[in-house]
Amino acid sequence: MITAAPRHLRASYDVVIVGGGPAGLEAAVAARDNGAAHVLVVDRDQEAGGILLQCIHSGFGLHRFGEELTGPEYAQRVVASTLEHDIDVIADAYVLDIDERRRVKLMTTQAGVSLVEARAVVLAMGARERTRAAIRIPGTRPAGIFTAGLAQRLVNLYGLLPGRRAVILGSGDIGLIMARRLTLEGIEVAGVFEIMPYANGLNRNIVQCLHDFDIPLHLSTTVVEIRGQNRVEGVTVAPLDETLQPRLDRAWDIPCDTLLVSIGLIPENELSQQMRLRFDSATRGPVVSSAMECSRDGIFACGNVVHIHDLVDFVSAEAMVAGRSAGQYVAGTLPRPDNVQLQPGANVAYCVPHTISTEREHTVYLRARKPLDACTLQLTEPDGTPVYARKLRYVFPAEMVNLKLRPAILQNFHGSILRVNIVERATEGE
Amino acid sequence: MSVEEKHATDLITVGYLCIGCPLGCRLEVDADTITNAVVEVRGYSCRRGKDYAIQEHTAPMRLVTTTVAVDAGLWARLPVRSRTPVPKDKVKAICKHLRSIRVTAPVASGAIIWVDDREPGIEIVASRAMPAR
Amino acid sequence: MLYDVLIIGGGIVGCAIARELTRYRLRVALCEKEREVGFGTTKANSGIIHGGHHAAPGTLKGRLEWAGNQRWDRLAAELGFGFRRVGELTVARSAAEFPTLDKLLHHATVKRIPGVERWEAERIRREEPALSPTVLAAVYAPTTGVVNPYEACYGLAESAVRNGLDLLTGFPVERLHQEDGLWVVLTPTVVLQARFVINAAGIDADRVAASALAGNFDIRPRKGEEYLLDKRLQGLVKRVIFPCPTAVSKGILVIPTFDGTIMVGPTAEEAGDRTDLTTSTPGARAVFDAVRDLVPGISEKDVIAQFAGLRAVATGEDFIIGPTSRRGFINAAGIQSPGLTAAPAIAELVVDVLRDEGLTLVERDDFMPALPRPVHFAALSTMEQIALSLRDPRYRRIVCRCEYVTEGEVLDAIARGAATLDGIKFRTRAGMGRCQGGFCTVRCMELLARSRGMDMASVTKRGRGSWLVYERNGGTLRSSDSAPEDEQERMGGEA
Ligand SMILES: Cc1cc2nc3c(=O)[nH]c(=O)nc-3n(C[C@H](O)[C@H](O)[C@H](O)COP(=O)(O)OP(=O)(O)OC[C@H]3O[C@@H](n4cnc5c(N)ncnc54)[C@H](O)[C@@H]3O)c2cc1C
Ligand SMILES: Cc1cc2nc3c(=O)[nH]c(=O)nc-3n(C[C@H](O)[C@H](O)[C@H](O)COP(=O)(O)OP(=O)(O)OC[C@H]3O[C@@H](n4cnc5c(N)ncnc54)[C@H](O)[C@@H]3O)c2cc1C
Ligand code: SF4
Repeated sequence: MITAAPRHLRASYDVVIVGGGPAGLEAAVAARDNGAAHVLVVDRDQEAGGILLQCIHSGFGLHRFGEELTGPEYAQRVVASTLEHDIDVIADAYVLDIDERRRVKLMTTQAGVSLVEARAVVLAMGARERTRAAIRIPGTRPAGIFTAGLAQRLVNLYGLLPGRRAVILGSGDIGLIMARRLTLEGIEVAGVFEIMPYANGLNRNIVQCLHDFDIPLHLSTTVVEIRGQNRVEGVTVAPLDETLQPRLDRAWDIPCDTLLVSIGLIPENELSQQMRLRFDSATRGPVVSSAMECSRDGIFACGNVVHIHDLVDFVSAEAMVAGRSAGQYVAGTLPRPDNVQLQPGANVAYCVPHTISTEREHTVYLRARKPLDACTLQLTEPDGTPVYARKLRYVFPAEMVNLKLRPAILQNFHGSILRVNIVERATEGE
Repeated sequence: MSVEEKHATDLITVGYLCIGCPLGCRLEVDADTITNAVVEVRGYSCRRGKDYAIQEHTAPMRLVTTTVAVDAGLWARLPVRSRTPVPKDKVKAICKHLRSIRVTAPVASGAIIWVDDREPGIEIVASRAMPAR
Repeated sequence: MLYDVLIIGGGIVGCAIARELTRYRLRVALCEKEREVGFGTTKANSGIIHGGHHAAPGTLKGRLEWAGNQRWDRLAAELGFGFRRVGELTVARSAAEFPTLDKLLHHATVKRIPGVERWEAERIRREEPALSPTVLAAVYAPTTGVVNPYEACYGLAESAVRNGLDLLTGFPVERLHQEDGLWVVLTPTVVLQARFVINAAGIDADRVAASALAGNFDIRPRKGEEYLLDKRLQGLVKRVIFPCPTAVSKGILVIPTFDGTIMVGPTAEEAGDRTDLTTSTPGARAVFDAVRDLVPGISEKDVIAQFAGLRAVATGEDFIIGPTSRRGFINAAGIQSPGLTAAPAIAELVVDVLRDEGLTLVERDDFMPALPRPVHFAALSTMEQIALSLRDPRYRRIVCRCEYVTEGEVLDAIARGAATLDGIKFRTRAGMGRCQGGFCTVRCMELLARSRGMDMASVTKRGRGSWLVYERNGGTLRSSDSAPEDEQERMGGEA
């Protein structure tokens, strides 16, 4: 069983974890394994598990568990391990605030608002979806416009169908998965529209979610107007020119009663912003050290709240680091601070963590700005002096790049700033 | 999938998009029009692509994931999956059939929800435990 | 049912009139065609209580603007909605605009508006550092305020209902005529009779007047687009910023809304038709081009929501308030900007008109001006939150993560009349924040369904036709679009 209410809440915990998705739950286990005696996980949904509970499709866990699971199956495994570790998990509860002394303002259905002391905190609030307003589609504001994740929740958890004929804006995996999902529920999907010249989702989803059902994918095309007074009656779509401006002369109308907007996720940082943590404008999440520690002492973060992950397996890996560090922080065994700052360079949107130590081994996650075939990932000094290089067969913005950094690699590096670049093979070695 | 009659007599060429990695190689399969046996695969850059093309051409399989109605559960829907991948052309019909199924909570994870008596090997199971509300 | 007065239209004007009339021993009804009051222009405007010095003193607008302005402190205190006098600056960016500033100062002197003064560049820099350095001088008015207009409208309606108003929502008036000195008013489901009818039908007031054979004006809707910005920009400006009106534009404003978020707009374009509430690419461009010159720190990237409203511009541009050629049919029409500001004064004027037309007004001694205060959980101190949540289990669950709205606040809004998702949103702010309903939509639907005894599929965004989802019930589809009883409501009537 996935829901869990603690026997009774303590007034103080070694580690309080905000968010009971895969990130929060894995962090809890790691914290317990690394010296924290009392760990509390708080989730605002009806049960712990996070976004995975509504991702009923398969494709999770190949790295973590070596087999392909559905979202609920992955969540179930992670929840089970928190229960074995004697961790308090409370669902249907909300963390409202965390003050400078790490007092957690908690709202639960049993006890209302209360303050819980935490020696360390892990932020694992996940992400929210970008909305229509983020791209300012002109037109009316009728019912029938849903973010894809909200539609997923309605369909998969409540059995409520969002419409009869849908247009999907955005070719990320969530949009593609929903195209198939709606089709299988008997809803007609008129097409998927993507503003970029390439699809943002995995090829596997393009094939299995669109091709399998003959759903057209229109690249370099976007929705330029929404019509309908009370309920969506149709949308107008238009191809884009090279400057990404819609060619209205080539626009066409599509009758539909539903528009699903699937244009990306944004780290859910309401709380972190209240706490005035330092932010990275590229990830839109908090700046973190290699211990996944934020700019305030004893506050750690992991998962989608730090940066948007495409694979939950890496969320788990990152969460283990954050949880372990929180445990070590409580035990007073947190290793020495980092001594190198990572700086995103050519074709690199961001790197997480933001700092590393030359003494330890790290996994660095980074995201490319634009797709490249046959390229090189290089680390350089700020003046361009090469430090390390690795060949990559390709990079793709929608697929995170993982870089294992061992102390040996940085043996001869003595600076404090390391630049990370992804360059085409031709320009290599400059 | 694009189909194009190439050799009027005996071979047919079918295109596939490789799902092995983001490179998304455009694969081409030449197959016998009568036996559907794969004669040649082109366009792949690695072994995975070739294997995929053959599998996809001869016996495409898909895992089914959908939901069924559940009464008295924590949620209104129970996520289910096929225990193993099923032939691709069966997916729609299976999902359509599952729309008419109702179960009652509690349901154990992995519980069998439906077995197709006409099609051996198609078995739909709960992909999570559903506690009663 | 025979009423003394029947009001057509439940916007801020109709609701203000209704509440004013419930001070007297009268049977009053209000018919609103939408599912809830305030869903017309009243929910889609800039929310400014104008300082009083903009409209020329000679017009009806000019008179009622300042008279209305002075009523808002008391109304807000009685009804408990959000209102704050933040002040305004009308800024000049070239010497050519100085005469406009002089004109505003002159209006203020004639109308005796206190505290209006000219500020020079240095003072402006100090008080509003985010303003563009091109601003040379400004007229400051301390009297300008910001309000949540829909909250004000809900407050007026609720207060009127508590004092005996018969409020009919989801009842469009289709036709009306006189019979034996009484007005017979037809809606699709009921026929109502009244001695006096007040036409407060906003952009449709010309049609209602024509139907009463009292039509001698046209309304040309003039659209205004507004853009709401992320709360990251909160506090960027403290006062409402007006440019000097120019020949091409009446002015795009920068508005620190009552809730603290910044809003920019409105445009002013002839609307395509009376249902044209579209926002447009040229509209957005016009707004942000203008705003960049006023406050350079604002960009289109910060938009979290956008909407458009229609100004009911009548022939002659002024308000049309008073008796008509048909006895007993009284107009409160052409109420364009600053109609929100003026609404309380319009209501008083309409009462005077009714008295002049022969309606006997006897004040009630049991009129209850005050409304119980809704809880605003996020604004409470931690100690107050703890105490409240211990006392009342409805305050133990968050419904909206962006605005920290609790279940109790949503249930309260529903009890006070919210019947749709928009109704909840405008009363509680659930769904108004950054995520625009991504998190709270399902929860609000559940609470509405549970409290009103309907299924989730019957919940709408804003009434008829705006269905959200449908349910598959063992093969048959049940859509929300087919439950007319959920689309109408009668409240009050018994004082
Ligand atoms: C639609 C979709 C499809 C996906 N498909 C795949 C896939 O096929 N394969 C794959 O590997 N990955 C997939 N992913 C990615 C993967 O699921 C996510 O990266 C992963 O779930 C993120 O985990 P998380 O714990 O960081 O966040 P979440 O799972 O979002 O969990 C965060 C939790 O925190 C809670 N919370 C937030 N704020 C508070 C608060 N203040 N108080 C209490 N609780 C709070 C939330 O309710 C939520 O339960 C998908 C993601 C989405 C959204
Ligand atoms: C963009 C914009 C910005 C503005 N900014 C400001 C500002 O900052 N300050 C200010 O003071 N003013 C402002 N205004 C003006 C102000 O919003 C309006 O003057 C005011 O809301 C008018 O209220 P109303 O009650 O007359 O109209 P409405 O709110 O439109 O109410 C009329 C009601 O009548 C109903 N109705 C119509 N026909 C029928 C029928 N046949 N039967 C039953 N019901 C019917 C409608 O459904 C509607 O609810 C602005 C206007 C716009 C468009
Ligand atoms: S053939 Fe190999 S390289 Fe090409 S897409 Fe498939 S897996 Fe990738």
